Amino acid sequence: MPEQESEATMETSFQELPDAPPRRRIRFSLSGKIGIFLVLFWVLMIFIGPSISPYNEADFLDESLFIVPGGDEYPDTDYQPPSKVALLGTDYLGRDTLSRILYGARTTIGISFAATLIAYLLGVTLGIAAAVGSEWLDMCLSRFNDAFLSIPTIMMGLVVIAAVGSTIPILVIMTGFIYATSVFRVARSLGQDVMVSDFVEAAKVRGEGLWWIITREILPNIVMPLATDFGLRFVWIILFISALSFLGLGVQPPMSDWGSMVKENLGGLPYGSIAPLMPSLAIASLTISINLIVDDISAHSGGKLSNKMI
Amino acid sequence: MAALLEVDQLKIDARKDDGSLSPIVKGVSFNVDRGEVVALIGESGSGKTTIALSALGYTKPGLEFTSGEVRLHGQDVISMPSEEKRLMRGQKVAYLAQSAAATFNPSLTIGEQVTESPVLHGQLNQEEANQRAIELYRALELPDPEKLGKRYPHQVSGGQLQRLMAAMALCGNPDLLVLDEPTTALDVTTQIEVLKAFKSVIKQEGSAAIYVTHDLSVVAQIADDIVVLYAGEIQEHGRAEQVVYQPGHDYTRRLMNAVRPPPAAGQGDEMTGDHEREAPALEVRELSAGYGKKNNGNPSIRVLRDVNISIERGHTVGVIGESGCGKSTLARVMSGLLPASQGDVLLDGEPLQPDLKNRSRSELQKVQFVFQMADTALNPRQRIDQILGRPLEFYLGLKGGEKRKRIAELLEMVELPQDFAGRYPDELSGGQKQRINLARALAASPEILLCDEVISALDSIVGANVIELLKRLRKLTGVSYVFISHDLSTVASFADEIVVLYAGRVVEQGHVDQVLSPPYHPYTRLLIASVPELRVGWLEATMETQEAKAGIDRVVRITETGCPFFDRCPIKIEGTCDKEIPPIRNFGDHHQIECHRSEADFLN
Amino acid sequence: MLFQAVFRRVLIGIVTLLVVSIIIFIGTSLLPGDVAEIILGQMATPESLAALRIKLGMDHPPHIRYLMWLGDLLTGDLGMSKAGSGAGTIGTEISVMIAPRLMNTLRLSGMVAIISIPMAMMLGLLASMYPGSRIDRIITFSTLSIISVPDFLVAMILVMIFAVQLGWLPSIAYMSGNETGWQLIRALLMPTLTLVTIVSAQIIRMTRATILNIMSSPYIEMAILKGVPRKRIILRHSLLNTIGPIVNVIALNMAWLIGGVVIVETVFAYPGLAKLMIDGVQTRDLPLVQACAMIFCATYVVLILIADMASIISNPRLRHPK
Repeated sequence: MPEQESEATMETSFQELPDAPPRRRIRFSLSGKIGIFLVLFWVLMIFIGPSISPYNEADFLDESLFIVPGGDEYPDTDYQPPSKVALLGTDYLGRDTLSRILYGARTTIGISFAATLIAYLLGVTLGIAAAVGSEWLDMCLSRFNDAFLSIPTIMMGLVVIAAVGSTIPILVIMTGFIYATSVFRVARSLGQDVMVSDFVEAAKVRGEGLWWIITREILPNIVMPLATDFGLRFVWIILFISALSFLGLGVQPPMSDWGSMVKENLGGLPYGSIAPLMPSLAIASLTISINLIVDDISAHSGGKLSNKMI
Repeated sequence: MAALLEVDQLKIDARKDDGSLSPIVKGVSFNVDRGEVVALIGESGSGKTTIALSALGYTKPGLEFTSGEVRLHGQDVISMPSEEKRLMRGQKVAYLAQSAAATFNPSLTIGEQVTESPVLHGQLNQEEANQRAIELYRALELPDPEKLGKRYPHQVSGGQLQRLMAAMALCGNPDLLVLDEPTTALDVTTQIEVLKAFKSVIKQEGSAAIYVTHDLSVVAQIADDIVVLYAGEIQEHGRAEQVVYQPGHDYTRRLMNAVRPPPAAGQGDEMTGDHEREAPALEVRELSAGYGKKNNGNPSIRVLRDVNISIERGHTVGVIGESGCGKSTLARVMSGLLPASQGDVLLDGEPLQPDLKNRSRSELQKVQFVFQMADTALNPRQRIDQILGRPLEFYLGLKGGEKRKRIAELLEMVELPQDFAGRYPDELSGGQKQRINLARALAASPEILLCDEVISALDSIVGANVIELLKRLRKLTGVSYVFISHDLSTVASFADEIVVLYAGRVVEQGHVDQVLSPPYHPYTRLLIASVPELRVGWLEATMETQEAKAGIDRVVRITETGCPFFDRCPIKIEGTCDKEIPPIRNFGDHHQIECHRSEADFLN
Repeated sequence: MLFQAVFRRVLIGIVTLLVVSIIIFIGTSLLPGDVAEIILGQMATPESLAALRIKLGMDHPPHIRYLMWLGDLLTGDLGMSKAGSGAGTIGTEISVMIAPRLMNTLRLSGMVAIISIPMAMMLGLLASMYPGSRIDRIITFSTLSIISVPDFLVAMILVMIFAVQLGWLPSIAYMSGNETGWQLIRALLMPTLTLVTIVSAQIIRMTRATILNIMSSPYIEMAILKGVPRKRIILRHSLLNTIGPIVNVIALNMAWLIGGVVIVETVFAYPGLAKLMIDGVQTRDLPLVQACAMIFCATYVVLILIADMASIISNPRLRHPK
């Protein structure tokens, strides 16, 4: 009897072996977690930065604040090193660097985010259109896009600004358009990959319309890689806007963002002032953080993403 | 005398992302003696490749040896220092991978790669190695052996590359060969040629071998010993004759049952009643199709030409041929995915629009397509109930409770548990996905299912179960199948009629029994002869046939004039077959053969 | 086959350049104001403007003007700059302004290329040979940091270290144009160092990724299982297949160098072409901006062309057709 029983259990135990591992949740490494923390910090600062900053961004600190016992009666207020009065020192006009960074977060992140949104709206729409549309449409859009891509972004920016000047709306729209070209490329290639997959073919054989195929078959499958790409693109746009501001061609005074703060205070660099360094570190903390998060996510999806995004 | 290779209580684990270990090989022991071929047989996930690679002291990245020994000439290769391992690899143990196309470096010449190992190990100098390589090319019956070494991998065919890999492994005169599914990716006709070459070379060189495969019929041809594996454990181990003819273990018997008998007349299921209807369910007339730019209405690459097929209601038509013969294209044209360049597709006697965009919803509903790879045919972002629910909604307008009820019925029909409705395709195994894939097509309540190689990606037992399911569904729903496959045994056991495609032309068609019995088209005869039988000694017998000698391992060429099979035909008529398109000969009751030869010639 | 592929690619490059020139021409000619106004400056009267416009051929329709501009461009006539125009004088010839600046920029980028290409390839190779090791992790992390931060931060940190803390180098690259020897090197050092850091980080990352990708291919596994020594696997089996992609990477990065040059020349007040262009943008000197942009874009397109060519030529299927 026992032998028969073992045979019966044998019979049931020869299940087909699963060939796919079960879904994994993303595990963030320590660096990824630090990234998430810093990004959340800056997002919070967009909303509450000005209300918790020690001074107004335009306040010139009073020289009386910097009097040290037995020192100069009228000390310079510009390029002050960090102290209890100004935690990150003062800038070339004697304004509090920390406060200006907290106020500037809004401008830098806001402009960049708006530009990224435009780039995505435009790039994804056209990219998907090229992927699902006729060969002819794809040819036209892609050739046109290639021509724009063959102009370095910074050159494109410089020519446009030389032509029409630099205001915030122009900056946002221009940056959005410039980066839409690379979003287009990513969206098109992701869309094309899904478009030739059997399940889209299955939907076509069923007789589904284009709208169903785009919204139900393609978009759900490219949304994750696109979200990751959004992160990377956002980083590049922050760097681009900051570079323009640094060249004095981005955000114009009296408004200021992190990039223009670096430009204003560049004169302090030879004297070892940290005033130009601090806003650049603010930019770096944000961009590195986003990259760390993206790294973790693309490692999770097998690193295939990064190949498409160069 | 100690065995050449002793695998002793071998355990191998996979390290997961979270650092924990999961066992892949769970204490396996067996020996390989000198001059002996041991087959490791099992389905995917059985650990057979992992065990085979351990003979080289190697594991794939992510796996680690946990315990046990693998002794070659009495010395453990796992604990060997890496420099010694390097010297052992190639010289004492050589490896043949599944895909030769990927294992040859595209930038180096074939000759350099074949001779590299013995030259590096100092066994031969370059001159001697080149000589030895040429001898091996000859032994493996490769074309133009003198000049082959100067060529690059992409310049030779797949079957040749596979044999070149054997030359690469044998060049260093190893004591042990490890062959990892070396014929799985090949067409049947190529497979027997490669098998034969392997077998005779192994015998000639007197080396021992470990042969990894999932195909019992192949094993029967080449192995002395068989080790049956399931989930990292040995289920049965014995001499080949014993395992094949008297399987002792339950799992082996199940594997055996999944192997189909060789194709022969009289295997098909009884036809279900008479179907005296005026119009066939689906018919194609004078159909031509292809890809690329069109000129004069003909595409630049013509894949199908002048194809005539009709599928009677409730019948199963098997479409058979080697890769590149146009069988999948035929299904795509029928479904409207690829509009035909000439000819008609008729549904219930009414011509269908060539492009599916112009077909009506009810026409689309009647012809459903089942894709080959369930992995890619199911949208990974949709739940099973969404996948099955959509056709119900789209064609039949079912909603809410009715839809849920029908989904439950469909799951039951394909023998899957109800709770699968809430799962995503990733959470299913390959066979389960293929069942969902079928259920989706059935959801439309179609008249015709176009099944494109639906079991070729599945393990044998799983595939056999899917075929059983298809048979039951046919009885249950009365649906007609167009069953496309490269596997003649499966088609023979399942279809009512067979259509044999070669280079885009129908060379023979008729009832199963007619096609599988004389008179044969020479190509049909070649195909039948090439299907491996689960019988020791089959290979040698087959190689003696004239078909095998003439037709094996030639590239299919699509010709503009004459008979496309001319190159490979053992009974070709020079001056006629290469010049004139062959006539269609009728042998009564739908049995047609396209050939210049007459019935008398076929029978000789 | 190889020849055809290369020829096709060159043709695409030429077409791209034409399209770029059209974009730049349209972008700048849509704007108010024209060269005649620039040349005459404040002396302009309606009559003199009209006369000059006819003389300059500006009464022609836009497509003719474009062809004229293109023809001038190809013969080296870059037009007139606004600079120096005004009271009684007309503008300066752009080619005269550009020539010395272009030399400076070429000198700088040449230095950067000579230093960064071999260094970055070595470091990329090193990281890819020991993936996951400490050295790999250090290289990966630091290069990721460098490419994620603004170029000017890299420049400033280097200034902080070498000019401010150590006092070895000047923080600003004042050049009169006739420096030689040590003076020239001193002026070039800081900008070069900055650009080398930025460009190398990119090349290292991409070299590493390329090699790792090839090292995980089945034919490398086969080579291991054939008992091929590690050194030979890297030098013979993988290098031949990596060389195309790596040349591709290098050409791409040299193209990206253009973006870096703009920032670095500004930080160090280095009198190069990019700085000239920035000044042009600030004074809205359109013909000057047009000419500079054309030079940069042409360089970019040519480098991308080289990158593509490298991958075409390294494809064994094209080199050894059937």
